Amino acid sequence: MASMPAPALEISGLEKTYAGGTRALNGVSLTIQKGDFFALLGPNGAGKTTLIGIIVGLVNKTGGTVTIFGTDARNEPEKTRAHIGLVPQNVNLDFFGKVIDIVVNQGGYYGIPRSIATSRAEEILKGLGLFEKRFDAVRTLSGGMQRRVMIARALIHDPQFLVLDEPTAGVDVELRRSMWDYLTGLTKRGVTILLTTHYLEEAEQLAKRVAIINKGEIVVNGTMEEVLALHDDSSAGNGGYRGSKLEEVFIKLTQDKP
Amino acid sequence: MTPYQKWISFYTMLRKDVVRMTRIWPQTFLPSVVTSALYFLIFGAFLGSKIGEVHGVPYVMFVVPGLVMLAVVTNAYMNTSFTMFMSKFFARNIDEILVSPTPAWVIVAGYVAGGLVRGIAIGSLVLVVSLFFTNLIVSHALVIVLFLVLTSLVFSLAGFVNGVYAKSIDGINIVPTFVLTPLVYLGGVFYSAQSLPGLWGSLTRFDPVFYIINGFRYGFLGVSDVPIMVSVGVLVALAVLFTAISIYLIKVGLGLRQ
Ligand SMILES: Nc1ncnc2c1ncn2[C@@H]1O[C@H](COP(=O)(O)OP(=O)(O)OP(=O)(O)O)[C@@H](O)[C@H]1O
Ligand SMILES: [Mg+2]
Repeated sequence: MASMPAPALEISGLEKTYAGGTRALNGVSLTIQKGDFFALLGPNGAGKTTLIGIIVGLVNKTGGTVTIFGTDARNEPEKTRAHIGLVPQNVNLDFFGKVIDIVVNQGGYYGIPRSIATSRAEEILKGLGLFEKRFDAVRTLSGGMQRRVMIARALIHDPQFLVLDEPTAGVDVELRRSMWDYLTGLTKRGVTILLTTHYLEEAEQLAKRVAIINKGEIVVNGTMEEVLALHDDSSAGNGGYRGSKLEEVFIKLTQDKP
Repeated sequence: MTPYQKWISFYTMLRKDVVRMTRIWPQTFLPSVVTSALYFLIFGAFLGSKIGEVHGVPYVMFVVPGLVMLAVVTNAYMNTSFTMFMSKFFARNIDEILVSPTPAWVIVAGYVAGGLVRGIAIGSLVLVVSLFFTNLIVSHALVIVLFLVLTSLVFSLAGFVNGVYAKSIDGINIVPTFVLTPLVYLGGVFYSAQSLPGLWGSLTRFDPVFYIINGFRYGFLGVSDVPIMVSVGVLVALAVLFTAISIYLIKVGLGLRQ
């Protein structure tokens, strides 16, 4: 039998204490297989962005290990970073830059020559409905369009592992659906996706696997079916309101115990 | 990354900065040219005849090298401190590069190259302007070029360090105003240190810019207050020191990675 391919992401015992003393991650372990569509859910401040920051190399961990496609992210960061595309939670675009320049320059940082990056960028921008806006300055775009620019930027080097931190925050329904189609299309091509979102129905629709993180610890991790199976009818939401199954499992696992 | 990919990443950073500085040339190139022209006018046409000759040349010719260095030092420094600070502080678009496989030393080189280009360009422009006010004497053209390049490099690196440390916009304005400008003025732009009385003459020798101005002036006049190799040594030592600090800062990610 051929050996199993290395997982896209393997983290173990991950810890992060920020300089101010906040303990954001408290021994997180998680594996994402190649080609998975993985949703990382959790309330505000649970540690999702911190976790992603460590994976992509924007946050220094204080304990544990991160391995990406079998390579240790600390020992060979230049190798692991080449595989990852990041769509960050907060818009971090150069506001004066033109859409096409931002995407093409990003290709440059990955070593892609301008001529190749330009045609690739145009193709990606077409796929994301931004082609008409390619010569516009980012500051003149709407919030949802800026998010799409960040997705285009993350895709320019054809990453095998796409990490999206709340890519659909503030994005209208129609656009969100087209983003879903786009992301699903990527997984069909073998791209591994890690997504965080506060729209639980979105996670339920898209993700094959899901983990819920709360206060820096993983409280559940499994296939979508396994997690949904934790739902029981007695756990109806407060005040009689009932959300989706995933929403109720989420609330049950993350609310403060009395 | 292959060496060629590193080159593309470097070129992308440099290209972006050169496009930026030429687009806003009234802010980047014009001010130094205008102030230098004023100085030449005052010291050449208005005061020069009263002061007479220094080192056997008209006074305006004596001040040209120092005034060129003033422009080079401040422009190289402010270019890099500004681009570094802006990209980490406002939009945080420096994350674009930090998540890429571009190694630390290429990131430093990319930022510093912008300041280097700006310093050399400004120095050359001010020299061209000086031609309208004096017959430029050139004794050692290679020394002139060497000092133009090394000085731009040193202060671009210093600006990089400042930009990384700065926590607010004031943090990048304080040094040019309260440190660089005094160091340049007291480093003998307007007088020969030989003419200074005891204590001041000795203090001047602790000012690195003194050695730089004298070395640069040697290229024009063929005379200097200090041996030329001492001046070169000071510049090379500073370049090595600031390069080491810069690469260290990016590697540990001070102020850039949490
Ligand atoms: N740069 C920082 N310095 C200090 N503490 C931080 C920093 N970034 C995050 N934290 C803290 O770490 C904890 C986890 O934050 P994180 O941003 O990872 O949460 P999150 O799950 O992404 O939340 P959200 O859903 O609101 O985006 C919080 O308590 C937060 O205050
Ligand atoms: Mg977050």
